[in-house]
Amino acid sequence: MSKEHEKGMSVIVKTITRLTVGIILLFGIYILSHGHVSPGGGFAGGVIIALSFIHLMLAYGKDAALKRMPKKAISFFEGFGAIMFLAIALLGFTGGYFFLNFLPKGEPFRLFSAGIIPLCNIAISLKVGAGLFAIFIALTLLKFDGGTEGK
Amino acid sequence: MFELYILLIFMIVGAIVAVELKDLLSSVIAVGAVGLGLSITFIILKAPDVAITQLVVEILCLIILIRATLKKDLPFSTSGRWLLNTSIILGFVSLFLFAAYKAIGDLPRFGYPIMRVADTYLKQGLAKTGATNIVASVILDYRAYDTLGEATVLFTAVIGVLTLVRRVGRKKINEKVDPEDE
Repeated sequence: MSKEHEKGMSVIVKTITRLTVGIILLFGIYILSHGHVSPGGGFAGGVIIALSFIHLMLAYGKDAALKRMPKKAISFFEGFGAIMFLAIALLGFTGGYFFLNFLPKGEPFRLFSAGIIPLCNIAISLKVGAGLFAIFIALTLLKFDGGTEGK
Repeated sequence: MFELYILLIFMIVGAIVAVELKDLLSSVIAVGAVGLGLSITFIILKAPDVAITQLVVEILCLIILIRATLKKDLPFSTSGRWLLNTSIILGFVSLFLFAAYKAIGDLPRFGYPIMRVADTYLKQGLAKTGATNIVASVILDYRAYDTLGEATVLFTAVIGVLTLVRRVGRKKINEKVDPEDE
């Protein structure tokens, strides 16, 4: 038994988590990458990706989740998503105006279609996933000093 | 329509239960039940995009609320200038009711929208953006400014939460902070 297996919930929860956490992550990636073809999109996909890490954290404790997604990486993804979204919008100025769909449209119903929309979906999902996971970490790691707050 | 009414009654009952319950955990779970009803309503109204988003955000908010509210009491204030507060509330409620009465009279009936702008999106969305999902073409092409604003709101919210809640932000003067619980 490694050190990772001593914290967190019971063996049953951990075993099920080990099976499901990858599938949840994959489902999130599917939802975000198919946002322009089928129901879904960057926001929902990002939240599902964040949920997969939260799932890991609830079952195994904070160390296991923070080892796979360190705080530095979270803040990087958060900022990178925001800047990527803005950069895509600014690149529209090459053709005329903000948020111009400047890439070729492609064939409908294909994964590589719809110009900038898939890229925007990826940017938003990075931002939303990292942001919600950061809020969850901040709220769970919050410690009160036994009623001496604010005095 | 019949199942919509059942869901609406279920959601109203759930909301009342969530407000009236004394136990905080049960109240959070009642809010989750209301969210589930809302997401099923979206599916019945043929909006699977919104249903997916509603469901996953609901799950995440439920987890955060449970983790954040468990074993903690919320302060509850009943004292104060009740006459002033009540009159202000009544004034605003009547103002909003009047505005809603004026505005709703001009709206088309339920299920018969005007669709002047939406008509253009529906007819030209596929040709102009190449996205077969109309919702994606609206939020990331026609209404991308709106999405940019939402992303900014979320970014600001994350920064605010992290600034207020992290250990460094709440330390007292001259107190050393362990880098572990930053």
